[in-house]
Amino acid sequence: MPRPEVQAPPEIFYNETEARKYTTSSRIIEIQAKISERALELLALPNDGVPRLLLDIGCGSGLSGETLSENGHHWIGYDISESMLNVALEREAEGDLLLADMGQGLGLRPGVVDGAISISAVQWLCYADKSSHEPRMRLKAFFGSLYRCLARGARAVLQLYAENMDQSEMIMMYAMRAGFAGGIVVDWPHSSKARKAYLVLTCGPPSVQSYLPKGKGEDGAMCSEDEESDDDGGNQTVGMYDRTRPRKKAKINKNGKGKEWVFKKKEQMRKKGYSVPPDTKYTARKRKAHF
Amino acid sequence: MRLLTHNMLSCNIKGVANGFPLRLEAEKWVEKEVELNADFLRHIFPKIEWKALAGAARAVGYGELPEEADAAMLDSEDFLRRFHHALLEIHVEEGALVCPETGRGFPITKGIPNMLLHEDEV
Repeated sequence: MPRPEVQAPPEIFYNETEARKYTTSSRIIEIQAKISERALELLALPNDGVPRLLLDIGCGSGLSGETLSENGHHWIGYDISESMLNVALEREAEGDLLLADMGQGLGLRPGVVDGAISISAVQWLCYADKSSHEPRMRLKAFFGSLYRCLARGARAVLQLYAENMDQSEMIMMYAMRAGFAGGIVVDWPHSSKARKAYLVLTCGPPSVQSYLPKGKGEDGAMCSEDEESDDDGGNQTVGMYDRTRPRKKAKINKNGKGKEWVFKKKEQMRKKGYSVPPDTKYTARKRKAHF
Repeated sequence: MRLLTHNMLSCNIKGVANGFPLRLEAEKWVEKEVELNADFLRHIFPKIEWKALAGAARAVGYGELPEEADAAMLDSEDFLRRFHHALLEIHVEEGALVCPETGRGFPITKGIPNMLLHEDEV
């Protein structure tokens, strides 16, 4: 079956029927609960028994929020699908729910949230579902607003299913640009089914807190679920910490390289002994736009 | 939606500089009892914009919060209880959140505020 992301926008894909699955399928419920427990573990909240205010981005029917509530935390859930939120209401989710689009930014006051989790949601940002959608701008808005609303030293753990390396690289790049430190933790990298990638991000400057935890089963340990025998063991298992660092881009502004640059180049060429036309008021002047 | 969430939300429309606090226009609200946790209240207190909380509490007919509050008041059992009640026990079910700058309303239905922006607001 094709990925849900390529079938329809999230608010359409998660309709009544699809949302219903999240209350009836015990398998989905179990997997969601497991992932959210792991995400909460990776969040590494101080173990002092004080409830925290957390975000659940793409909370859907509130399955992941349930894990947060069980651990005593207060949470605010974001989702774009009304049907999913209705299911969350039915399930009596304890957190507060918001119907919102994470690609438009979270709209929270700065520095108020103690942590954020997101289960299988962020990859949706990589798809342009409307003509006004620009995935890069949406990623930027999302990570920018997430960075702002998190308290210093707080973490965000985003579990995601990237379609390919380019996608996870793009997501990672925008996270880094927003100011986050961190990387990707891959659980069960050798299994194609149980493999889960978590983007673990820390807000603020690198510190002791921003070390990256190890993924489960990295040392080749078998995972509890039945291991796929046709595991390709190819490039999918490569750790991505170093690769995903954003490269510096050469700065070229819209108007081209500018007058100063031309003068500098001409001077350089003169020094080399070439015959260069003299500098006049016409040198590198702006031209009228034709057409 | 609890007042805790209202206190964190600000208007997200592009170009809005003072999107906080969103004016709460509550039509229907319910009260659900939750166990009081003093640790959480002390932890969250510095992050709360008190004026906004007191204002929102008045909008849902709870006027027992003081106008001003400081951290020293957290030792008082009575204050904690009022703070707890306003912050976590009042759920706004129907109404709207109104941006203080643009006057744009975000409707609340079944306790869920609709914060989706139109294309020209992003």
